Amino acid sequence: MIERTPILNAVTYFIMILGLILILGPFWMIFTASTQSLQEVTAVPFNMTPGGDFLKNVHAAWDRANLGPALLNSLITSLLVMVGKIALAALSAFAIVYFKSPLRHVFFWMVFLTLMLPLEVRVIPTYNIASDVFQPVRWIIQTITGIELSLQWNLLNSYSGLVLPLIATATGTFLYRQFYMTLPDELAEAAKMDGARPLRFFIDILLPLSRTNMLALATIMFVYAWNQYLWPKLMTTDASYQTAMVAMRALVPSVNALPEWNVSMAGALIIMLPPLVVVAVLQRWFVRGLVSTEK
Amino acid sequence: MNKRAVFKSWWLPVLFALPQLLLILFFFYWPAISVFNWAFTLEPAFGGAGERLFVGFDNFRDVFADSEYWRSVSLSLFFAFTATGLSMFIAFILAICVDRQLKGSSLFRFFYIWPYAIAAPAVGLAFRFIFAPESGLIAVVNTWSPDLWNPAKYGSHAMILVIICFAWKWIGYNFIFMTAGLQSIPRSLLEASSMDGSGPVRRALDIQIPLLAPTLFFLLVLNLTESFVGPDTYGIVDLTTEGGPNKATDVMVYRIVSEAFRGLNYSGAAAQSLVLIGLIMVFTFIQFRFVERRVHYK
Repeated sequence: MIERTPILNAVTYFIMILGLILILGPFWMIFTASTQSLQEVTAVPFNMTPGGDFLKNVHAAWDRANLGPALLNSLITSLLVMVGKIALAALSAFAIVYFKSPLRHVFFWMVFLTLMLPLEVRVIPTYNIASDVFQPVRWIIQTITGIELSLQWNLLNSYSGLVLPLIATATGTFLYRQFYMTLPDELAEAAKMDGARPLRFFIDILLPLSRTNMLALATIMFVYAWNQYLWPKLMTTDASYQTAMVAMRALVPSVNALPEWNVSMAGALIIMLPPLVVVAVLQRWFVRGLVSTEK
Repeated sequence: MNKRAVFKSWWLPVLFALPQLLLILFFFYWPAISVFNWAFTLEPAFGGAGERLFVGFDNFRDVFADSEYWRSVSLSLFFAFTATGLSMFIAFILAICVDRQLKGSSLFRFFYIWPYAIAAPAVGLAFRFIFAPESGLIAVVNTWSPDLWNPAKYGSHAMILVIICFAWKWIGYNFIFMTAGLQSIPRSLLEASSMDGSGPVRRALDIQIPLLAPTLFFLLVLNLTESFVGPDTYGIVDLTTEGGPNKATDVMVYRIVSEAFRGLNYSGAAAQSLVLIGLIMVFTFIQFRFVERRVHYK
């Protein structure tokens, strides 16, 4: 930066290029494998130049993993999670930050505690409740009044089931809370002075101000939702609701079948592309969202 | 930190918070209560109807008496520390290099972030191919001597494969935070020390690393938590080794899920889940204490 250090600069470039190989190497291998024929892809040592079978492999992967509907499901789920999460986060952070109420601490800690309950440790009961959402409601009503209700709502194999448990998490709420905290108090004071009610203040002032925030949150939530695996895998027994990430399992060559890695890699390439494009193109927003949620 | 100007209403905040409140009650707290309930009770025998049997700490005793459980714990520990160390080390070296802001380093930065976009199962599938014993990049070693590398057969190889997947994926994330941390170090500090005659290496050791320590600590705790209980670990293991060969990569998260769904041992899985929740609480507590302290420093 300041002095001339030709040797150290050369070393730096050397390390950075090694890093680049480490990062881009796997991408290049996925790509080349996806363009080769079965014979080429199983060749040892592996040939790092692309072949000419890309479209053929994509076609095979598309059929094998039923990628058309799977990609559509992933897209729908991700967009719904994105929108739902932003809406929920903006609203609930507003309730936490801008209202003086003893409940706000309770609510904040309730949201905070969810960070300690990742899906993997509560997977079966979450599955249970998704198959019968009103189970706690029935239980409460029955213990209080003794009346047995027959209220039922099954979320398995539905978009609501894919989306609702994912938008309940805490990250977005914290991002918005952080953002509201950085706004000057005078803003709310002035709005109150001008006679704005809370809802007007929220819609006309807070939401427009949070546009950059929203974009940042949108990028990370899209990537987050697209890359979900365990939850969609468990709750979509019906193939027509499978997401792309789950469908990818069908692309793993089985032990006794042909090792068709070219088809696997073609499918993997398509499935990993949307979040990669989001991260690459909207990198500025993505990084900002990520850095500010995790503090 | 509280806002001076706030609105007065008791029902509006409740209304605004209600959607999220309901969702976390349904999908977080109710399941958590069930886990708690299951961990201390057993299904009535022969699948009979009626109340669950309270058995105290019996489920925990069963879990802790199982030598496979302890094997899984030590595998998880090994996995978490190695993967975290590897990932953070590489990301740190790259971040320090990029932060020297030589010509073209923004191009490198652009690519270094990419792994974070790739889902863990996809990383698993890709690396399963790259490190496959019969084709891909490493297969060539098997032509020198058969089975020199075979993650489908040797547990240690499978573990290496899983660690590489996790470490590679998290380089992107660690890199993002380390560059952000390095950028927040005032340039004037570095300039002043170079006026005093320190070279780039000395500056890295005496200024950048100490000032980056909070970020590094934050990342350390986060990486450990994620590799211990995170969804990425599950996704990677499921797509590469499925816990095998011979349970050599049967880490705790993977074990809980497979035990519950394949073994249908709800109570055992619930007891294991509670142990994990306890661990996460410890991690999060450390994190939170630390974050609070850093806010005070500012």
